[in-house]
Amino acid sequence: MKKINKIEIYINGKKTLVDKGIKLSKLIQDLKIPIKKVAIEVNQRIVNKKRLNVINLKRSDRIEIVHFIGGG
Amino acid sequence: MKKDIFKIASKKFNSRLIVGTGKYKNMSDCAKTIKLSGADIVTVAVRRVNISDRSKPLLMDYINPKKITYLPNTAGCFTSNEALRTLRLAREIGGWKLVKLEVLGDRKNLFPDMIETLKSTEILSKEGFEVMVYCTDDPLMAKRLENNGACAIMPLAAPIGSGLGIQNKINIEIIRKQTKLPLIIDAGLGQASDATISMELGCDGVLVNTAIAKARYPSKMALAFKNAVIAGRQSFLAGRIKKTLMGKASSPKSGII
Repeated sequence: MKKINKIEIYINGKKTLVDKGIKLSKLIQDLKIPIKKVAIEVNQRIVNKKRLNVINLKRSDRIEIVHFIGGG
Repeated sequence: MKKDIFKIASKKFNSRLIVGTGKYKNMSDCAKTIKLSGADIVTVAVRRVNISDRSKPLLMDYINPKKITYLPNTAGCFTSNEALRTLRLAREIGGWKLVKLEVLGDRKNLFPDMIETLKSTEILSKEGFEVMVYCTDDPLMAKRLENNGACAIMPLAAPIGSGLGIQNKINIEIIRKQTKLPLIIDAGLGQASDATISMELGCDGVLVNTAIAKARYPSKMALAFKNAVIAGRQSFLAGRIKKTLMGKASSPKSGII
C-alpha cells in the first residue's frame, strides 16, 4: 500500500504508521490486544470499550493501551 | 467476644495480610507465593501493554481477579493528575472501585506528597472510588484524609522497600486511637515480626511486597507473614499485660520450703 494512504499515530508512545481512517476496533484487533484485560485512551480521554468501532483514528492521535502488571 | 471481621469499604475479607505482586522473579513464583500468603487482596500496577512483544504473560493469566481482589495502585505517580488518570484507567479495565492511592513526593526516599494525596483523595471519593490511601505516619494528615473521604488509612512504617520496620510506633498508636477506619501499615516492613508488631499496635492489616518478594525464600516468608499477622491480631485482641518496672513473681510465695 502506498504511504499516502497511511497516517502516523502514536501507540503507547511509539510512532506507528496505520491505514488512513482505521477504526480503533480494527487497530486493537490487529495488535491482538485482549480487550477485556486493558483500558484504552485516545488523546488522554478514556474510550468506552463498547464504542471502539465508532472511533476513526486521525493523524497524530495518541493511543494508550494499559493493563495490570505486578506492583506493590 | 464479637466476631473479628476485617472490612474495607463495604467488603469483608478473611486475611489481614495484603500483598504486592511486584519484584518477583516471574509470574509463576508470584502466583505461588501469593497463594501461600493466604492474602485475599493483591496490589497491582497499571502500565502500558508491550505492543511489540505480545508473547509476554499477563498477570491476569496467573492471578484470577475473580478469586482474589485486585487493588490497583498508583505506584510511580508524582502528581495528583497522574494518579487520577491511572485510577480512572484502572476502573475502566474491569470496574474496580476499590483502589490504592499513592502519590510520591521524592524520588529517593519515596515519601508520599501529602498535599497532592489529599487533593486526589477528595476528587476520587467524589467520583465514587473507594480510596485506600498511602500516607505519612502523621496523625493530622491521617485525620484530613479521613475528612476527605478515604476508606482506609495506610501509613508507612518506613520508606518503601527499606525493610526498616515501624519507625514511629507512637504515631501509629495515635492514629489508631483517633480513627475507626481500617488502619493498614503500608511499606517498609522487613520481616515477619514487623507485621506482628503492627498488628499488636491495633492496626487492621499490613501490606507487604518487597519483604516477601525479595526474601531468600519468598514462599517461606509469605507463610511467615501470614502467621505473623494472625499472631499479632490475636495478641492484640487478647489484651496484653501492663508493663511494670519491677519484677512480679509468677509462682506463689506461700508454701516455700
